Amino acid sequence: MITADLHPASIENVPQPDFSKPLPPREGDRIIQFREALKEAMSHEMRQDERVFLIGEEVAEYNGAYKVSQGMLDEFGPKRIIDSPISENGFAGMCTGAAMYGLRPIVEFMSWSFSLVAADPILNNVPKMLYMSGGQWGCPIVFRGNDGAGGQLGSTHSWCVEGLFANVPGMKMAIPSNPYDAKGLLATAIADPDPVFFLESERMLGDKAHVPEEQYYIPFGQARVCREGDAVTLVSFGRPVNFCIEAAEKLAAEGIECDVLDMRTIRPLDIDSIIASVKKTNRVVVVDQSWPFAGISSEVITQICERCFDWLDHQPVRVNTEDVPTPYAKGLEYAYLPNPERIAEAVKNVVNA
Amino acid sequence: MPQSATASTGNSKPRLSDELSNDRLLEWLRSMQLIREFETRTMQAYQQAKIGGFCHIYSGQEACAVGTIGSVNHDDPVVLAYRDHGHALARGMDPKACMAEMFGKLEGCAKGKGGSMHMFDKPNWLFGGHGIVGAQTPLGAGLAFAARYEWEVMNKGGKKVALCYLGDGAIDQGAFFEALNLAALYSIPVIYIIENNGYSMGTAIHRHSANSENLLARGEAFGIKSVKIDGLDILNVYDQFKPLVDECRDLQRPAFVDFKTYRYQGHSMSDPQKYRTKEEVDQFKEKDSIANLLGHLMNERDAINEDSWKAMRKEIQEEVREAVQFAENATDPDIEELYTDVYANPQPNLSPTAEYKHGAKNPLL
Ligand SMILES: Cc1ncc(C[n+]2csc(CCOP(=O)(O)OP(=O)(O)O)c2C)c(N)n1
Ligand SMILES: [Mg+2]
Repeated sequence: MITADLHPASIENVPQPDFSKPLPPREGDRIIQFREALKEAMSHEMRQDERVFLIGEEVAEYNGAYKVSQGMLDEFGPKRIIDSPISENGFAGMCTGAAMYGLRPIVEFMSWSFSLVAADPILNNVPKMLYMSGGQWGCPIVFRGNDGAGGQLGSTHSWCVEGLFANVPGMKMAIPSNPYDAKGLLATAIADPDPVFFLESERMLGDKAHVPEEQYYIPFGQARVCREGDAVTLVSFGRPVNFCIEAAEKLAAEGIECDVLDMRTIRPLDIDSIIASVKKTNRVVVVDQSWPFAGISSEVITQICERCFDWLDHQPVRVNTEDVPTPYAKGLEYAYLPNPERIAEAVKNVVNA
Repeated sequence: MPQSATASTGNSKPRLSDELSNDRLLEWLRSMQLIREFETRTMQAYQQAKIGGFCHIYSGQEACAVGTIGSVNHDDPVVLAYRDHGHALARGMDPKACMAEMFGKLEGCAKGKGGSMHMFDKPNWLFGGHGIVGAQTPLGAGLAFAARYEWEVMNKGGKKVALCYLGDGAIDQGAFFEALNLAALYSIPVIYIIENNGYSMGTAIHRHSANSENLLARGEAFGIKSVKIDGLDILNVYDQFKPLVDECRDLQRPAFVDFKTYRYQGHSMSDPQKYRTKEEVDQFKEKDSIANLLGHLMNERDAINEDSWKAMRKEIQEEVREAVQFAENATDPDIEELYTDVYANPQPNLSPTAEYKHGAKNPLL
């Protein structure tokens, strides 16, 4: 019954970006913040496509709780930059309906921690709609906001939802580690006809780097090799990628060279790049800012074992957030999170074994 | 506290429904009878284990789906809960596609991936039956939001109004309160139709909802126009509902309807109905909405007689029999359909177990 010309209706009118076009250079002197990179991606897509709008708490008149949407109300007006009440279940569900109808909502969660009260629309409706309707209606929607601990916000405000949410088929998940990727991945997320969960970090919003002015689209499912080495493969995503790079720099001084992979998207997962690297280094450490039990690191390691078990000279190792609720005290919180010291130690154990 | 049937009887004053032509009313009669017959055959098929899962029968509530959907335009979006066969048929879904869906066949409206509780029909602007109680209420706001956005921001099309149906049990859900707030706050043209059949499963309304005698207060609390409609008489439904639709469309704002109705069958196919008496059910059956409209068409309009009514019923029986036959003979989805319709843009490495693909075209498209 399966034939190539038959496909879901929801991909009509969704020309995809030309991913064969080379990406602009990462190096340059147009230095902007991570938050501005996000805004540029959104604003560009909104100029291109009237169906795109932004909604969330404080996104309009307050210019964003974290100033990501600074100035967007002035440019696009209140019909497209929409302040919502504190009603995540309501506005996430409302945007689900709007996406089914044919709009392209960007829903900002002030924190992904608050998305838990919207679990029904974001997990039970959005990723299943295309399937449940037999291909009639998908949900082209982007949910984005701050994910992860790091500002002494305590247990309720420090969620890393990637482990929990990536479990659900039907959604895609992107998690940038730097301003350049933030812009290119968010642009792709908005253009994609599937629901995308886009995980930012409040700790990184002020990070600065060169970001090209033009709009560019980083394809999902393509890891970036941040550093090359042959001693061990370091796999990570989001903020801890930066800790991996820091650890790898220190380790290099001790003669240990790491391959550092920034996965950029969790679903799809560029397992091919991981396998290629592991076949070179024969050792792997997965660094994951969510909890270890049934999480992303477990998934990555399982796939490694399934696909290149015989290439491993040491059992795969993971560095996760400690398996406890997020503590408040500064020292405890630091110890709780993956940090360069814990990563370096894990690498040394694997290399020296 | 048993439910009581309080259908209004004939009114001698001129009514808005007087403007409805005989043909239109005959169509409605046919549509209600089609639903009644369809549900009878659905129950049979369920008992024969041809239909699985949860299955909720609409019999008794037909005047709601037919009367309200009959008051809007074809391209006004509609979204509802899991008791959805009636609305799907009233919206124009082919009974074959509806029955085949319950039989889990590829020719079903959702290719056998949705089932009884998830009836979707894109060409008929039906955005689904939804299985989670209350989940459809923010969605309804979203459909209306999008329709308004399309008209206002994108300058496309005209003013629309969305219909969002929910049961009396769903009014207790937080999602509904949030949806009401958003609808009022943003002035979204969505009409929330509470099909108040008096029970949330086996729990009578006064046992599941506070101040249940005055549901309108909930809509009014948000400044939403709120109306109570006796839903056993379809003419009365039109008299009250049509002006509300016109107003919501025109002013682009929401409404709230406490729609009094009654279901004849159990909550789902597995309900021994210990919570109500046979007398209570019979009392409502005496005010049956189909009999009501038939009586009007026969006695007051002389638009149908015993013979033509019999012929109509026979034709409907045949149509539904054919739908069951069609569903029987339809195709079991190929196992390859498991991994289709998950992503609109399937890419490599989305899953460790298999690659997602595009699948067979939906039969409604
Ligand atoms: C969130 C959620 N809780 C519980 C259920 C199980 N359930 C399905 S229908 C129902 C009763 C709902 O009654 P009502 O809203 O009055 O609709 P009706 O069945 O009368 O049409 C319950 C408890 C569910 N589907 N979803
Ligand atoms: Mg009920």
